[in-house]
Amino acid sequence: MPELTDKIREVARSLLRQQKVDLIIGFERGTMPLRSAPCFVRREEDVDRLIWDSFCENNLAKYLVKRAERVAIVGKGCDVRAVVELIKENQISREQVFIIGVPCQGMVDRRRVEAKLDGREILEVRETGGELALKGDGFSEIVNRDEFLYPCCKSCTHRNPVISDVLVADAAAELDCDSHVDVAEFEARSAGERGEYLSREFSKCVRCYACRNACPLCYCQECFVDSSWPQWVGKTTNASDVVVFHIMRAFHLAGRCVDCGACERACPMGVDIRRLNRKLVKDVKARFDYEAGLSLEQAAPLSTFRPDDPEEFMLNP
Amino acid sequence: MRAKIIRKEDIAGLLESLMGEYEMFAPVKSDGLVLFERISSASEVFLDYQNSLMPPKQLTFPQAETLFSYSSAKGEVKIEVPHREEKPQLIFGIRPCDASSFVVLDRVFDGEQYKDPYYLQRREKTITVSMGCVKPRITCFCTSVGGGPFSTEGSDLLLIDIGDRYVAQIVSDKGAQLLEKRGFRDATEGELALAAAVIEAAVASMGPGVETDGLKDKLDSRFDDSIWQRLSEKCLGCGVCTFLCPTCHCFDIVDEAVDSKGERIRIWDSCQFPLFTLQASGLNPRPTVKERFRQRMMHKFSYFVDNYSRVGCVGCGRCITECPVNLDLRQVLNSVSRLEGVK
Repeated sequence: MPELTDKIREVARSLLRQQKVDLIIGFERGTMPLRSAPCFVRREEDVDRLIWDSFCENNLAKYLVKRAERVAIVGKGCDVRAVVELIKENQISREQVFIIGVPCQGMVDRRRVEAKLDGREILEVRETGGELALKGDGFSEIVNRDEFLYPCCKSCTHRNPVISDVLVADAAAELDCDSHVDVAEFEARSAGERGEYLSREFSKCVRCYACRNACPLCYCQECFVDSSWPQWVGKTTNASDVVVFHIMRAFHLAGRCVDCGACERACPMGVDIRRLNRKLVKDVKARFDYEAGLSLEQAAPLSTFRPDDPEEFMLNP
Repeated sequence: MRAKIIRKEDIAGLLESLMGEYEMFAPVKSDGLVLFERISSASEVFLDYQNSLMPPKQLTFPQAETLFSYSSAKGEVKIEVPHREEKPQLIFGIRPCDASSFVVLDRVFDGEQYKDPYYLQRREKTITVSMGCVKPRITCFCTSVGGGPFSTEGSDLLLIDIGDRYVAQIVSDKGAQLLEKRGFRDATEGELALAAAVIEAAVASMGPGVETDGLKDKLDSRFDDSIWQRLSEKCLGCGVCTFLCPTCHCFDIVDEAVDSKGERIRIWDSCQFPLFTLQASGLNPRPTVKERFRQRMMHKFSYFVDNYSRVGCVGCGRCITECPVNLDLRQVLNSVSRLEGVK
């Protein structure tokens, strides 16, 4: 997306020149095809490292927590919603962050692209319009970008940053879809089926905590996992400990998770982590009419008491 | 080289015939992932792969291993050691980098002063049949760290794919025994020449990797350089690199008990986790991601050399392909070596 790349660099250059920020957090080309990586720019001569493409998948809001300096962040829709929650939770102030908003067309799921190539190594990728031209040793293939978006991007209803200091492109068309249809479908399965699915998925977990560490809203100095007195959950790969870790992390994110998918993308084992988070996203919406990250003015439901909060679980258990 | 010929169509038969004697582990495709798993039939083996996601260190150094369990009643404590599988284990189809990772782990767990009985119990009964890499990946850098796509270190047999058959290089007596009396013929001069050509092409195809000339000294002298802050800035501090690394071996020991019954379990730990060097006083000598990230580089490329006279990395590249933020060890080490690139 060369126009977006140019615009981001233009904004970054101007911000540094005018000394409006000390640091710009964006993306640069990765060291392999289909990868772009977080990039930290402090000097004008490094601005040309910044790029924008379909592989800018990390949630950069992760790098904002407790920063002392003024920082600009290149944020897509989900990243900016995470920034909103971090501001509300006093992890960074609104004045400190300059949001370079990028209306997002979704990010490409590189593992699915690799799977489509059936083990043939991709040596080069070129993105033009809606297509990815993939080249390897003795082959070249074109795939449609939209067919290979991450699941969270396919059902995203907030592609446009909800707040920004500058937008580098015209607003993207928002998808018209029920973003909870997969949760409803899963809820409709029997308890046994749900249990079996979750057990199977979480049996792949190796407790590397990539999910937790990639999540911008997981910023506790001491994670509950590391508490040994009391020990809330075991640290081995025992099946029930693994599931309890994920359930507890999901609950800690209830009302805070913006469903950016960073957890799922970071997981090396392909665990369907968002299955739990999305259930809570749906429940919070239903019970408190709240979606995380949409507004700086909306109070977080689980840290605010309202007399009309749902209470039926207490009164009619 | 001493080598036999095994036609590709005979592999299944060979594995089936060995299955009675050995617990067999091979690459298996499970839910889209390639992992080393116990197989009960040769049809489960998946060889059309570049490398497994999880390294085979799990087979001698499991992620969670119960060392013993205990129960106490009436002042008497009973200790039970878990039943150990007696059958030898055959790891089929591992890559040369992973095979040599066992030799690296041996330095730690089978050293002069310290011998780890849990590791050794599994290691001693392990036999490896490796599959050389005809097409190394762009993220492979085994040749930078003393290895190669057809290196024999750590292998008992090494299979070299020359088309419709393998030249099975016999590396050890254990390997020779596997093929004994099964009617495999010796490789001809012509077949050996073909194998040599495959090996040469594979080595030539490898990228520049890591500049290891004087690397240890450079790392030692640049420990305090400000470049480490820049290099580690995007690191998330998760454990993906350490857990997927075939030679990372740090572990923690946890006791899990309810009332008077419990287990002592050894589990993988990671120098990337914040608790790793947290002291009881509250002081943490590696307080941020920068110190912990630097530690991994120093351990593998300097301290391991001090302790064991070799680099603690086999160049498999899993830390590169699976890192969520594409933090590339090659780029990091080359930047420190040249002290340029990231300012």
